[in-house]
Amino acid sequence: MSRLKILALLPLAVALSGCNYVVLAPAGDIAAQQRDLVIISTVLMLLIVLPVMALTALFAWRYRQSNTAARYEPEWDHSTKLELVIWSAPLLIIVCLGALTWMGTHLLDPYRTLGRIHADRAVDQAKAPLEVDVVALDWKWLFIYPGYGVATVNELAAPVDRPINFRITASSVMNSFYIPALAGQIYAMPGMETKLHAVVNHPGTYKGFSANYSGAGFSGMHFNFKGLDDTGFDAWIASAKSAGGSLGRAEYLQLEKPSQNEPVRRWGTVDADLYRLILNMCVETGKMCQSEMMAIDAKGGAGHQGLNNTLPLAYDKYARRGTAFGPEPSFVAGTCTPDAPQGKTTASITAPTDTMPLIGAGLKRPSFTPLKSSSFFLGQRPKSDS
Amino acid sequence: MSPDFLKLIFGRLTFESLPLHEPIVVGTFVVVALGGAALLGGLTYFRLWGYLWREWFTTVDHKRIGIMYMILGIVMLLRGFADALMMRGQQMLAFGGSEGYLNAHHYDQVFTAHGVIMIFFVAMPLVTGLMNYVVPLQIGARDVSFPFLNNFSFWMTVGGAVLVMASLFIGEFARTGWLAYPPLSNIGYSPDVGVDYYIWALQVAGVGTTLSGINLICTIVKLRCPGMTMMKMPVFTWTSLCTNVLIVASFPVLTVVLALLSLDRYVGTNFFTNDFGGSPMMYVNLIWIWGHPEVYILVLPAFGIFSEVTSTFSGKRLFGYTSMVYATVVITILSYLVWLHHFFTMGSGASVNSFFGITTMIISIPTGAKMFNWLFTMYRGRIRYELPMMWTIAFMLTFVIGGMTGVLLAVPPADFVLHNSLFLIAHFHNVIIGGVVFGAFAGINYWFPKAFGFKLDPFWGKMSFWFWVTGFYLAFMPLYVLGLMGVTRRLRVFEDPSLQIWFVIAAIGALFIFIGILSMLMQFAVSLLKREQLKDVTGDPWDARTLEWATSSPPPDYNFAFTPVVHDNDAWWDMKKRGYQRPLTGFKPIHMPASTGTGIILAGLATAMGFGLIWYMWWLAAASFIAMLAVGIGHTFNYHRDFDIPAEDIIRTEDARTKLLAGAK
Repeated sequence: MSRLKILALLPLAVALSGCNYVVLAPAGDIAAQQRDLVIISTVLMLLIVLPVMALTALFAWRYRQSNTAARYEPEWDHSTKLELVIWSAPLLIIVCLGALTWMGTHLLDPYRTLGRIHADRAVDQAKAPLEVDVVALDWKWLFIYPGYGVATVNELAAPVDRPINFRITASSVMNSFYIPALAGQIYAMPGMETKLHAVVNHPGTYKGFSANYSGAGFSGMHFNFKGLDDTGFDAWIASAKSAGGSLGRAEYLQLEKPSQNEPVRRWGTVDADLYRLILNMCVETGKMCQSEMMAIDAKGGAGHQGLNNTLPLAYDKYARRGTAFGPEPSFVAGTCTPDAPQGKTTASITAPTDTMPLIGAGLKRPSFTPLKSSSFFLGQRPKSDS
Repeated sequence: MSPDFLKLIFGRLTFESLPLHEPIVVGTFVVVALGGAALLGGLTYFRLWGYLWREWFTTVDHKRIGIMYMILGIVMLLRGFADALMMRGQQMLAFGGSEGYLNAHHYDQVFTAHGVIMIFFVAMPLVTGLMNYVVPLQIGARDVSFPFLNNFSFWMTVGGAVLVMASLFIGEFARTGWLAYPPLSNIGYSPDVGVDYYIWALQVAGVGTTLSGINLICTIVKLRCPGMTMMKMPVFTWTSLCTNVLIVASFPVLTVVLALLSLDRYVGTNFFTNDFGGSPMMYVNLIWIWGHPEVYILVLPAFGIFSEVTSTFSGKRLFGYTSMVYATVVITILSYLVWLHHFFTMGSGASVNSFFGITTMIISIPTGAKMFNWLFTMYRGRIRYELPMMWTIAFMLTFVIGGMTGVLLAVPPADFVLHNSLFLIAHFHNVIIGGVVFGAFAGINYWFPKAFGFKLDPFWGKMSFWFWVTGFYLAFMPLYVLGLMGVTRRLRVFEDPSLQIWFVIAAIGALFIFIGILSMLMQFAVSLLKREQLKDVTGDPWDARTLEWATSSPPPDYNFAFTPVVHDNDAWWDMKKRGYQRPLTGFKPIHMPASTGTGIILAGLATAMGFGLIWYMWWLAAASFIAMLAVGIGHTFNYHRDFDIPAEDIIRTEDARTKLLAGAK
């Protein structure tokens, strides 16, 4: 009998042992802190949820109709003391959870530069963070390493214990950039830039993918994220360099066309301006960059003349098309003024180096200056650049 | 015929639009067509069309409209659940290089349709149907404030459902997810008819929902019987009032955001495009400003049902009536202050995220208070475990888990790792099934004897209960686990074979729920056959507490021969306690609204207009629109809007009841 029971549990045991609870056992410090919050919040709530469930079962059993021994008071419907408990017990939990939320949200703001790389290690100020520009394409991920001049599709690598600064955008529709082992996700949206600061602490290969449905090829939109030691990372960069090839505007326009289940690809050199052009949706030559438009608008706009500054659109990702009653599809033509160097977007929030753990006794409020552009329209859409 | 002429007539509709290349859809079509033909044939053979038209389609009786809403909800549940089974099957099979059995084009429609149907055409009709049926009875009214509007609202909801169902066989449905975020849903990336079906189905149904919200608010505010002050209203009426306030305040936002999206798609504006200053994030904000209140629109009436059921079956006054009412009102207000928690990960600043995270958590305080109130209603009660009470206990145990994971997701850093994951899917199914669906089933089992005069069969009811509840846990607990493994939603194929076992368990759970649904249908059929055994002549089979149980089952057309006078929260309980005697003489004629076919005609025209706009058949859209105006104006010349039920009829009905009651004793 007992052997049979064990046999019955076998598939479950196999399943469990093969499982990788990556959200609960991540490899990066940010994800680990997020995991801590998940667990602490759950425990806090269980303080009230478990008694409620137990009481439900108890009352349901004790006051069943057949149990005539139990007290029956059909008119009893109010107790000020109980009401006080009923409202204040959840309130107390929420006060604690709210405080935790306020601090955790600010400390783990993806826009905030890292203050530590591990629970007990501060950021090494001598080491510059790794810059990675991420572009969600239909349906693959493009990673540009501006510091190394290389680019890859569907493969990302980073050295262990070195902070990574991601700048993230998309070419056509919304996606979400998510490597569960590294850090929480953030949306990748066309014409807008989001940011993520993270660090990986343990070498290994981890899964990354899009966490927001983006169309037919969505399921195949995943990549490997490699946490490598310094020498391993240098070798990886070198192999990308030796892959040769150059990713310029023309190659990018080919690349961004929809395709599914793309294999890993590498380019040894990459147009230094490419990410800025993608972000401003002006990789096609002759198209005005958003940053230019905003600069013009900030100076009062181009007036009525601006209306004439459009050209018919010849290529629109899948096909050239317009609406049933609308004007022919068009785009804003670039002006002859050289594009001002608007590529540098808003400054990061800089946190003081602080190795104090997020949670625990004596937690002090982080010193924090609100970001000017931390509105809904983040990143690339500040009110004024000039 | 020239292609131009064909295009003028049929717009975008061609033979290629019919999904003849999808064997699954063709098979479904054959089954539906055969079933539909059998049904229509049967109706014709038994000459039921006239009866249906006179007594049901054109009725303005809130009770019949309520029943029709419930039928719509249950029929659409079958469609929405078929989609769920297909998804579970696909995700169970698509491992180790297998593509499963659904291609992306089909699968992406399936999950979109599942969400849209379950929310708009299952949960909403079930909730609206119960409110429609019960609220006027609970407040001692003869009908709703605007009976014709009620009929029109119902048929508009049906019109929306018809458009969604049409998309299955004519063209395709949206492949965007149930909220159709742009840019994906905009013309550039979804040029086909799918999103247009989505827009017009929701717009047509949305008109119905908004109008029925106005109607019920007006009814509750103006038609309460003498003595029923606001603080003496039954809790279900209170939650219905709050729900309808939410509907009226939030559905216009949905209407506007979909109108803006259709402007983008039809006339080339740039509200939500990438280029020309459009902002897709504005759509996401707007749709959730509707979408978050929507979940409370669904769950508040369920809370009301549980309140009624708990106190009835505990044989006890509801504990903390006042705090229950305030909790409901607080939830109503707070539900407008939390929408951003659906997209913490879109890059808002930490202060904005914290604000919306904390407001979300605050909602759990009044919700928790409600939970305790139910708990202390059971305390020192005498609980009878009839089906409605079983669903309520299942709800209490299940909903707290969903509530807890919901608060967890409201912590932004936790949301960053769980957003869009299967953990989120498990969470909202946990609250919607555990709250709304269990609530609707409790309500159906509770009020069915009121509507039809016989109870539902307990054996098949218990079968349904146990299969639903175990099925729910089997289907969704694995999704919590998968979410913690970082598995995201809406994936069609998987690489990691170690995940498969969990999807297999979830699929088994879905099969259990399927058996639960079949048992429920069986329960209806068996109860109908055994209706003599299950008969209730008292009108009060549960020894209940509120006014709807004071009249006969089913209630007469006029609900109450004399408008009751209320002295207590539990009006009927109070009446019974004080030895209430049914009046047997002195009946007067009763003024009632007359049936009209205008509602169904207007809704039919609106549906045709939607169909024309979807397929670019401009003549059809324009003609239907003009016809709608004409019918609407024509209706203002209809002077046969009301009639008096003669006193003799009332005497006959009431005498029959007196005899029945005498027989029962």
